[in-house]
Amino acid sequence: MVSGASEQSGPPARPKLAVYKFSSCDGCQLSLLNLEDELLDLVEAVEIAYFLEARRRVLPPPYDIGLVEGSISTPEEAERIHQIRRDCKFLVAIGACATSGGLQALRNWADVREFTRAVYANPEYIRTLDTASPIAAYTFVDFELRGCPVNAQQLLELLTAVLMGREPKVPRHSVCLECKRRGLPCVLVSNGEPCLGPVTQAGCGALCPGCNRACYGCFGPMEQPNIRSLGRWFSERQERSPRTLKRLMRSYNGYLEPFKQEGDRYEQIEQGQE
Amino acid sequence: MNADDSVRQFLPKASLEALIAALRDQGYTVLGPRERDGVIALREVHAAADLAHGMHDEQAPGHYRLTADDDQLYFNYVLGADGPKRYLFPAQQRVVQLHVEGQRFVMDAASPAPPKLAFLGVRACELAAIAVQDRVFGADDPRTFRCEAELSYCETRRNAFFVAVNCTRPGGTCFCVSMGTGPKAERGYDLALTELRAGFVVEIGSERGREVAAQLPLRLPTEAELELADIKLAQARHSMGRTLQTDGLRTTLARNIEHPRWDQVAKRCLSCGNCTMVCPTCFCSTVVDSSALDGGSVTRTRLWESCFTHQFSYAHPGPVRHSIRGRYRQWLRHKLSTWWDQFGSSGCVGCGRCITWCPVGIDITEEACAIAATPSQSNSPFAEAWEGEGEAEAAGEVPR
Ligand code: SF4
Ligand code: SF4
Ligand code: SF4
Ligand code: SF4
Repeated sequence: MVSGASEQSGPPARPKLAVYKFSSCDGCQLSLLNLEDELLDLVEAVEIAYFLEARRRVLPPPYDIGLVEGSISTPEEAERIHQIRRDCKFLVAIGACATSGGLQALRNWADVREFTRAVYANPEYIRTLDTASPIAAYTFVDFELRGCPVNAQQLLELLTAVLMGREPKVPRHSVCLECKRRGLPCVLVSNGEPCLGPVTQAGCGALCPGCNRACYGCFGPMEQPNIRSLGRWFSERQERSPRTLKRLMRSYNGYLEPFKQEGDRYEQIEQGQE
Repeated sequence: MNADDSVRQFLPKASLEALIAALRDQGYTVLGPRERDGVIALREVHAAADLAHGMHDEQAPGHYRLTADDDQLYFNYVLGADGPKRYLFPAQQRVVQLHVEGQRFVMDAASPAPPKLAFLGVRACELAAIAVQDRVFGADDPRTFRCEAELSYCETRRNAFFVAVNCTRPGGTCFCVSMGTGPKAERGYDLALTELRAGFVVEIGSERGREVAAQLPLRLPTEAELELADIKLAQARHSMGRTLQTDGLRTTLARNIEHPRWDQVAKRCLSCGNCTMVCPTCFCSTVVDSSALDGGSVTRTRLWESCFTHQFSYAHPGPVRHSIRGRYRQWLRHKLSTWWDQFGSSGCVGCGRCITWCPVGIDITEEACAIAATPSQSNSPFAEAWEGEGEAEAAGEVPR
């Protein structure tokens, strides 16, 4: 990007960016649009070829970078993702839905037909899969960016890295490091909150502890999380019930291992108690 | 009676204001303990009213609470999670920024002048920790080569003014007496205060301290005031929250690399890194490079790093310490054993922060004690080498 050698022959072709939506709330796409300070630089660095949330014009594939938001939860989505994989050179799943199945994946423990009967007047028109799944359950993804929603700065780092052909710098350690670097009071130690920061991957900049709230794990499990030990502390010292612990595990990334395994374990303990 | 009674002075309570004003007049940014969301934090204070006041802390493994009391004392609490390290060695610091001009990278203007900081209310263990970091960053030997971040530590450190507060009410996780670092500040301060109800017994520790003291409405303390201060400090020595038996510990830890206790603590440890972040002697950092989208500039930022991350021990074949067991063992043995080899002192000053701020209450004194109580047969390939050093240590000649 630095060299001016191609100026004579007109502006160099910009890499094409495509942004797709599957089953999701649009929050991750909004994170991209919220990058107000950098948005102008971004449209200079890449050509927005497909981004229905932002513009109507669609350029034909292939695309250099594809960002996929949302989980796969309908038969159509399960089909469509394969064409997208063929259309994009570098495919990135963004956000909790695309990387873990998201909140929708709570259906994976329940009967989704029951939900549709309860919610819709004519449930026979609803075509849905029994499970909501991350993109990687259906096709190969080149990178996954966690978070509900993704962190705008991480998104920018990802795009910059892909454009430069280097590895994106995305830490895999706990939220606690970011929390302590910011000098925030620890809500777990000083307030007895069930903070998931010590088992959750960093990236948000300790957003919730910064608002005096416990981390609820929206960036999913960190590298080698010791959930069992933290759960024991919550149950013994904070007197949280197995049901509470199960619900802590089963939220935005409930279907992602090893949150899933621990959530299931607390469910078994809960049922054993009844 | 204390030998240096001739130099002890007395500062009436109301004149704490004058001390803060005198420091500010000399161009210092005064940093002191303030209450923030139920925790003592070291932040800028403009007046005595900003200081946390009339409250005490309750500290235990994985537990911290601040409670209001009727004592109306300023320094009835001890340490919160952060301390001078945050200012001398910032958690996040820009090291260098380059931008592209034509076909080459050009370095942006150098970092601004180092700040002039006055720390009000530092404890003895903190001063000991700063002395440890001085050795790490080369602040006490100007000939050692230093990188940018260390240079910034040394400059900030040299400018800093320390008003120590001697601890009269140690916290539930404190063990400075075991580590020989407190609860009374013996060195490294400019002024030291011992709080009584009516005011502070003041000791002067440096020429700079004397200059500031000259501007304060000090009077000579009464015999009773001096005696009360001495009694309070003697009592504090006997009310430590914890103790650590340090005799031979360095060698015991060196020899017990395969002790079963490491497996037990690994089951509890979250590898979250909180202990390293709050430890006043932990000095590890990493650098992160970031580039602008258009490739026109790059920035290198230094961040506090922890030996509890997987990435930390990354070498060419991949991370060396794969297990939480390996990481906890490395941390504890570094603090209490291998630090001696590296820097000629203990890496732990007994402040107790790692115990209080561990989300699952892992206690360094308990872990070290468990190993010392049931040492396994020597199973380290280096055991032979350690034998001799153990004897030297016992004889009081601690090898560097
Ligand atoms: S508040 Fe949560 S994220 Fe922050 S240090 Fe405490 S446990 Fe970790
Ligand atoms: S000892 Fe405690 S604070 Fe340190 S990494 Fe383990 S769980 Fe975290
Ligand atoms: S190891 Fe723990 S007790 Fe020792 S200096 Fe560090 S934080 Fe304080
Ligand atoms: S460890 Fe000692 S010097 Fe440090 S705060 Fe506790 S009592 Fe004071």
